[in-house]
Amino acid sequence: MPENSVSADLQTESHKMVEWTDFERDTIQDIFSRIEYDVVGPAALARCLVVYPWTQRYFGGFGNLYNAAAIKGNPMVSKHGTTILHGLDRAVKNMDDIKNTYAELSVLHSEKLHVDPDNFKLLADCLTIVVAAQLGNEFTGEVQAAFQKFLAVVVSSLGRQYH
Amino acid sequence: MTTLTAKDKQTVKAFWAKVSGKSEDIGAAAVARMLVVYPQTKTYFSHWQDQSPNSPAARKHGKTVMMGVGDAVTKIDDLKEGLKELSQLHAFTLRVDPANFKILSHNILVVMAVMFPTDFTPDVHVSLDKFLAALSLALAEKYR
Repeated sequence: MPENSVSADLQTESHKMVEWTDFERDTIQDIFSRIEYDVVGPAALARCLVVYPWTQRYFGGFGNLYNAAAIKGNPMVSKHGTTILHGLDRAVKNMDDIKNTYAELSVLHSEKLHVDPDNFKLLADCLTIVVAAQLGNEFTGEVQAAFQKFLAVVVSSLGRQYH
Repeated sequence: MTTLTAKDKQTVKAFWAKVSGKSEDIGAAAVARMLVVYPQTKTYFSHWQDQSPNSPAARKHGKTVMMGVGDAVTKIDDLKEGLKELSQLHAFTLRVDPANFKILSHNILVVMAVMFPTDFTPDVHVSLDKFLAALSLALAEKYR
């Protein structure tokens, strides 16, 4: 995914916020109003655990992750998938300040959960695939571009407080 | 990460058998998405009069790429050897930066999800992702 620079030292005069076109804003609001969180969330997380199995390292307490069927049927995976998607809601509602919206969550993922931020990209890719499957032909190239840009900003913000 | 298991090969072949009938559409859609979502890839096509994502040139290119992918499926047991000539072409003539193989692969996967949402399960996804990665590596073999 292309990098998105979510720079912005609030002290400098020339801080650069992420700029969203009307199309991008509308697209993000539209996607998130249409998808079923408790379908897409679990599907995306389950897919991530299957396609990138090393991500299972963060879910040692989740029980049976032995194969795709087990992962798909695992209630803890489903619950957590839904939680993640609701977490994305915050960014959807605060598109002009995703960086600050996720400052606390970034610290949590770094200090408490110790998640390698590269994993955020992997989950984002799986989310793209799942949303593509849900929306079918309505997931046009332009919609994909907006969605991936949004996720890139989220991913960047989540990785920001790591040190 | 690039060793395909027997299960991977079986999965890829079975899925390809299901979808290869639409390979032109898949290729056209993947190239179109790539040009829109990753506009830097257009730099390789400055020789096209019409660089728009659904132009005849783009469609044709999608078809060409997918024919290569289909061919690679038949050579899945030895991609390095099987794709030797294509690798030479990419290395010495086309000189496409291999980072772009990843980009196109990603868009192929997105198209599979759009066109075959039920068949493109996580198990199929992981095997196809591995296959495309192995294919990309074989394509880059002759670069240096």
